[in-house]
Amino acid sequence: MEIPYETTARPDTGLWNAKIGIWLFLASEVMLFGGLFSSYIFLRLDALPGHWPHGLLNVPVGTMNTAILIASSVTVVLAWAALKMRQFTRYKIYMGITILCGVIFLFVKLYFEWPDKFKHFGAFIREDRLEKYEAYLGNHHAAEKGLDPRIEITGHLENPEALTDPNIKEYEVQLDQVSAAPDDPASDRPHFWQVPRSEKVAHIEKEDVERATYFLPTHSTFFATYFTITGLHGAHVLGGVIVFTYFWLPIGANLYKRNPEHLANRVEVAGLFWHFVDLVWIFVFPLFYLL
Amino acid sequence: MDASTDLASHSHAGHEPHHHEGGHDHHELSFWRKYIFSTDHKVIGIQYGISGLIFLFFGFSLMMLMRWQLAFPGRSLPVLGNLINHLFGAGSMPDGKMAPDFYNSLGAMHGTIMIFLGIVPVAFAAFGNFVVPLQIGAPDMTFPKINMASYQAFFVGGIIMLISFFVPGGAAKGGWTSYTPLAIISDKGPGHDVFWNGQTLWLVGFILLITSSLLGAVNFITTIIQLRAKGLTWMRLPFFVWAQFITAFLLLLAFPPLEAAIVMQLMDRLAATSFFMPTGLVVNGAPLSLSGGGSPILWQHLFWFLGHPEVYVLILPGMGIVAEILANNTRKPLWGYKSLVFAGLVLGFLSFIVWAHHMWLTGMGQVVSAFFQTTTVIISIPSVIILSAFFISLWGGSIRFNTPMLFATAFLPMFGIGGLTGIPLAFNSADLYLHDTYYVIAHFHYIVAPGTIFAVFAGVYYWFPKATGRRMSEFWGKVHFWPSLICMNVIFLPMFLQGMLSMHRRWYDGGQGWNLANDKVWGLSGFEWNKPISIAAWTMGLAQIPFIINFFWSIKRGEKVDDNPWEATTLEWAAPSPPPHGNFDKPVVAYRGPYEYSLPGRESDFTMQCEPISESDRRAYEAAAMHAGH
Amino acid sequence: MDETPTAAGEIVARNEHAPHDNHHDVSQHVKKYLLVGGVLLAFTGLTVFLSYVDFGNRKTNIAVGMLVAAIKAGMVAGIFMHLSAERKLIYRILIFTAMFVFALFWLTYLHWYNPISR
Repeated sequence: MEIPYETTARPDTGLWNAKIGIWLFLASEVMLFGGLFSSYIFLRLDALPGHWPHGLLNVPVGTMNTAILIASSVTVVLAWAALKMRQFTRYKIYMGITILCGVIFLFVKLYFEWPDKFKHFGAFIREDRLEKYEAYLGNHHAAEKGLDPRIEITGHLENPEALTDPNIKEYEVQLDQVSAAPDDPASDRPHFWQVPRSEKVAHIEKEDVERATYFLPTHSTFFATYFTITGLHGAHVLGGVIVFTYFWLPIGANLYKRNPEHLANRVEVAGLFWHFVDLVWIFVFPLFYLL
Repeated sequence: MDASTDLASHSHAGHEPHHHEGGHDHHELSFWRKYIFSTDHKVIGIQYGISGLIFLFFGFSLMMLMRWQLAFPGRSLPVLGNLINHLFGAGSMPDGKMAPDFYNSLGAMHGTIMIFLGIVPVAFAAFGNFVVPLQIGAPDMTFPKINMASYQAFFVGGIIMLISFFVPGGAAKGGWTSYTPLAIISDKGPGHDVFWNGQTLWLVGFILLITSSLLGAVNFITTIIQLRAKGLTWMRLPFFVWAQFITAFLLLLAFPPLEAAIVMQLMDRLAATSFFMPTGLVVNGAPLSLSGGGSPILWQHLFWFLGHPEVYVLILPGMGIVAEILANNTRKPLWGYKSLVFAGLVLGFLSFIVWAHHMWLTGMGQVVSAFFQTTTVIISIPSVIILSAFFISLWGGSIRFNTPMLFATAFLPMFGIGGLTGIPLAFNSADLYLHDTYYVIAHFHYIVAPGTIFAVFAGVYYWFPKATGRRMSEFWGKVHFWPSLICMNVIFLPMFLQGMLSMHRRWYDGGQGWNLANDKVWGLSGFEWNKPISIAAWTMGLAQIPFIINFFWSIKRGEKVDDNPWEATTLEWAAPSPPPHGNFDKPVVAYRGPYEYSLPGRESDFTMQCEPISESDRRAYEAAAMHAGH
Repeated sequence: MDETPTAAGEIVARNEHAPHDNHHDVSQHVKKYLLVGGVLLAFTGLTVFLSYVDFGNRKTNIAVGMLVAAIKAGMVAGIFMHLSAERKLIYRILIFTAMFVFALFWLTYLHWYNPISR
């Protein structure tokens, strides 16, 4: 006996097997990302004032990546529709674009966004020395405007050896615009277009510093959640790209000759997964980049 | 997703449904394809079963070792002690005396192995894989290759857990719950590898086990929804299938948040993040250089979000097995089938919103406590409905006490004790005193040890003929049963007393140093009770030997039986024993409910689900409907 | 199964009322997919824009941002994932999932909101 309802729908449920399977899998994915997002909420609520950084991510790049993912969602549904209409060439084109979008998304993330963060430096000032660095923090201005206090000075570390060499007593930081002119109203909110770093170099004494680190996951719970969620999301994108590539290359696409409907079903199932990945990103983008 | 199906269908496309024995198969599968990388649900079920039983015994052995330290703290374990010191590395049992770290490892790994490598694989995956497709009249699972992947993920996860015993520093020590921040700072620093250390391997192994469970759950649910035989409506499903269906949903939806938490703990360990690390933590006198701002409570929430449904993952399949065996051996329909099903569904639903009753001591406010206390007390209702229905099912039956039935009936009072002793723990005020004492240990072990594990044994004895075509020895089954029952109770009953004497569950010296004047129960102090308990535990280890021998001996030498040796009604007994690849010779159709025993107007006292309705049946059903109407 | 030439024909026959299974239907949907894609892109711009509008406090900004995201997510789920016309069974699975996700969010939040002391 063969396993029934692989491509045909079972009359009473109206569904074929893999369709139920993928939705169950997606339900578990909802719970997975639900766990991560509820952690995000919990940690963000728990963060002391000033300990949840804002505006450290590159908004234009993030927006671009969002657009790329959305575009890929459109093309994958078009690829499926093409199969349904038995237009194999169109399917190949749309699927190719989808794969390309996924690869670009990953490339931007792994070769641009993340490494850019890994080179960015921040020094958290000890609570009793905040006043000393008022010129870089602008807390008087922030208090007047009712904004969260600033406790971190960010920029490019000019003397990275200071992180390991105990004889070097201070960090030389070429400041970000926000630390160079903290009282400027333009610094109150994150910038849409990345502002070039200022020419100003600050000398921050090590003994005034609570913690100094690049923008690694260890930097703060913000970056911890950012890297974990986008990392896991990236892994999903990678998984999707691999599956799509399999369906695009002859090894998977040849199924079309034997049973086009079966290939269409497979693409639909993989597409559902891809849309879900897109859907997660729709929440990731505003939560981390904008708000 | 169903890349699986292609190959499978290809290999069969050429020939018609084959005849009885697998031996007539045109192209014989190689040994590897047939037994190791098999996609047949029955082989996978047996793989799960045997590896799970081995893990169960291994996990139990860890506890038998710990029982030595608890009964005779600081004394050298003769012969075995030095052997173990060689095996698990110097420092585990120097001079045969158990080192504190090794004791902690054993405790953490006992819990992990018993639950995730023992009971879940056997009760859920093994029985589910082997029995469910047969009971619903399906040729296989819907996704055979995913099924194979599920077992392989489980297997690799289990191997990683085992490897963790042999890395520098030994296996994980943070308890089976891996509470943070302890779990994050343990197994770190000098003498430990960054990756190859107990706790990190525990996390990595766990990710694989979760993956395995998720793949299994998707497969089970789809199979039950899609592959039910013609006529097998939802209310004609055996209760066992319902139990597996609900269990699969629990695994599917409760495991992923823990997976998220495990990824986060892995980040905490490997990338020095602070998901679960609070601000200002000082370790060994030095402040940690971390961002802080994390929350240990968050770990507990995510852990227990799985942890509590997991309790029902452990018990529901057991209940399902017991239901089948009770109906079969009382020779009458299960009492209250519908209430059982709905109680099971309610149980599954509620199990998702009771988890924080494991966290009474974390400083929750009254609002939260009141919420969880209420839901926890409510969840006892469906449990009581299920147990009551089982007890009432016994009423007026002419019971056959064969080995499966002995284990199944023993399940009832044992589960009852475990359940009822849980009620004081549901209440915040009582739990403040009992939390983390031996009382808790006794409570949940009554549910899973003489509860689920007895159900598992019952299931092994019951379905063994279906898997092999031979029956296990009744005599040796009884030799296995009676000592096990007695030992279980000698082990766990005194633990209630120890707990009420407020003995903490994690004491390395067995409570030797805990002296309170006149704190003796039945002539022994809390610490002194350890000795009889330990002796009973070792005796129980010995009592498993008849089972092991019986099991392997019966595969080749057991009494040969026909396809339906228990004269049961459900569909799996309509298939040949052992069922060939594809299970049934021709499609089966279900005409009636699952427990048609002693149907009036019939000569035999059982009527299989696949027997068409006769005229006398119709009259019997009408009479029953009339009766119900009045 | 894949050797049976009638396989595709059968599906159409069995799913007469199922959405998207008719070739003609699908070609009609293509325009809709493109339109939704366009709307989603526009909404992405809107999200970015709205995050720079000062609604008085950050909480309101977050609420607005999440609202837009929820609408976008609804469109992806409803149109691209065909959830707007799916089988009952799928809805049932998702409703339960939604409930448990909600429980996870809400109860974790409740614990944060209502500690015994702080």
